[in-house]
Amino acid sequence: MSGVVDAPPGRAAAAPRSAVRPQVGLWRTVRAVLAKELLVELRTLESVPAMTLFSLSTFVIFHFALNRSSVEGDLGAGILWVTLLFASILGVNRLFVADAEQGGFDAFLLAPVERSAMFIAKALTLLAYLAALEIVAVPAFAVLLLGSPLAPALPGLILTLGLADLGVAVIGTLVAALAVRTSARDLLGPLLALPLFVPIVIGAARATAPLLSASHPSWPAARWLATLGLYDLLFGLIAYALFDFLLED
Amino acid sequence: MLALDGLARRFGEREALGGVSLSLSEGQTLVVFGPNGAGKTTLLRVLATLLRPHAGTVRVLGASLPDEAWAVRGRLGLLGHEPLLYRELSPEQNLTYQARLQGVPRRRVAEVLEAVAISSRASEPLRMLSRGMVQRVAIARAVLHEPDLLLLDEPYANLDPAAVELVEPLIGAASGRTRVICSHDPGGGLAEADVVLGLREGRPELLRAARAVSSGEIRELYR
Repeated sequence: MSGVVDAPPGRAAAAPRSAVRPQVGLWRTVRAVLAKELLVELRTLESVPAMTLFSLSTFVIFHFALNRSSVEGDLGAGILWVTLLFASILGVNRLFVADAEQGGFDAFLLAPVERSAMFIAKALTLLAYLAALEIVAVPAFAVLLLGSPLAPALPGLILTLGLADLGVAVIGTLVAALAVRTSARDLLGPLLALPLFVPIVIGAARATAPLLSASHPSWPAARWLATLGLYDLLFGLIAYALFDFLLED
Repeated sequence: MLALDGLARRFGEREALGGVSLSLSEGQTLVVFGPNGAGKTTLLRVLATLLRPHAGTVRVLGASLPDEAWAVRGRLGLLGHEPLLYRELSPEQNLTYQARLQGVPRRRVAEVLEAVAISSRASEPLRMLSRGMVQRVAIARAVLHEPDLLLLDEPYANLDPAAVELVEPLIGAASGRTRVICSHDPGGGLAEADVVLGLREGRPELLRAARAVSSGEIRELYR
């Protein structure tokens, strides 16, 4: 069938049209997406409350299941990090759901913006969720399970939390973007994320254990902090390189 | 403005669209008819750069897709079956977000909300609005950045006659924009069209100037 159609010109006088629209700056787009994400979370309260309640429930369960008055060192660090990582899965699973279900991806893809802005904004969103979670979960862990006072461990713990959270945010965002377009996203997200979180839980637990020692608390070993930092950097680069392709058809 | 030559798109083994060739000049309106599953939405999504063509050439606003898709983003306005809006956000918050993505000034949000008569409910969550109101907000979103090409999938769905009149200056012929419209309404669609494309099972069955097409021919596509 021929594509040439003898049709009249457009009925309304067309206004002069613009050329290519200038692209909106990367950080301006990041700020726009991040603000929207936080607004949606404030309106729905879907992710952070669920992550927090999960953590608190898990600490209570450990408190009774271990049948001991307190934990410290390796055991304390293990309980803290396993709980935080499982709680983070709840946030990872919800990260792109509104975009996938309500057309947010399409609206974003139609705009003259860099795709990587969405990755950065989503990773920052997850980072904010994790920070909010830890503000509640870490003191609760100290009250319910920790034998020693938390205050002396805080500077080292905040550094470790920051490095581990960065890795969780980067990997979680990548995995969530991969899983969200599949029909089994609720299953695929955790299945992909948990193996990738293993180095984080190793590094973070090893770094945290000396901080939580009841007898000789000490600063985390530099090699575990460096391990976390390198893992963050590695996955940051991988995610930055891959993310655009995940959004494309 | 729009030039397709042998456009094809598959989903797995199934060809959703094949052998579509046509051209459209600036300011013209192409209306696409066809039964459910004929490929109308697929055609719109290819033109919107959301789906890659698997064969043929596609030029939109002078850019070749998919390689130069970046050049047309921000110049297209898509109104699909989904409103592309967040249910928990208000019309104003949704459009403010879109305005920031599109790089248009904030005052434009108030202008388009006024134009679709949603200003009085602009701060309620979208989920509280009727489907017709949501459609009006979706229309406001589609024209927020004053696109050169409008891609409209049944744009008047859920709208009452007064609302249709209200949105006419934004997405109707009077807007002066080049438009591709998917429609199931032979009478209304023909009245809008300069060029008519009839699709059946992804293949073009009818491609003609609208003045040479009868509504009976369009109804035949659905039999």
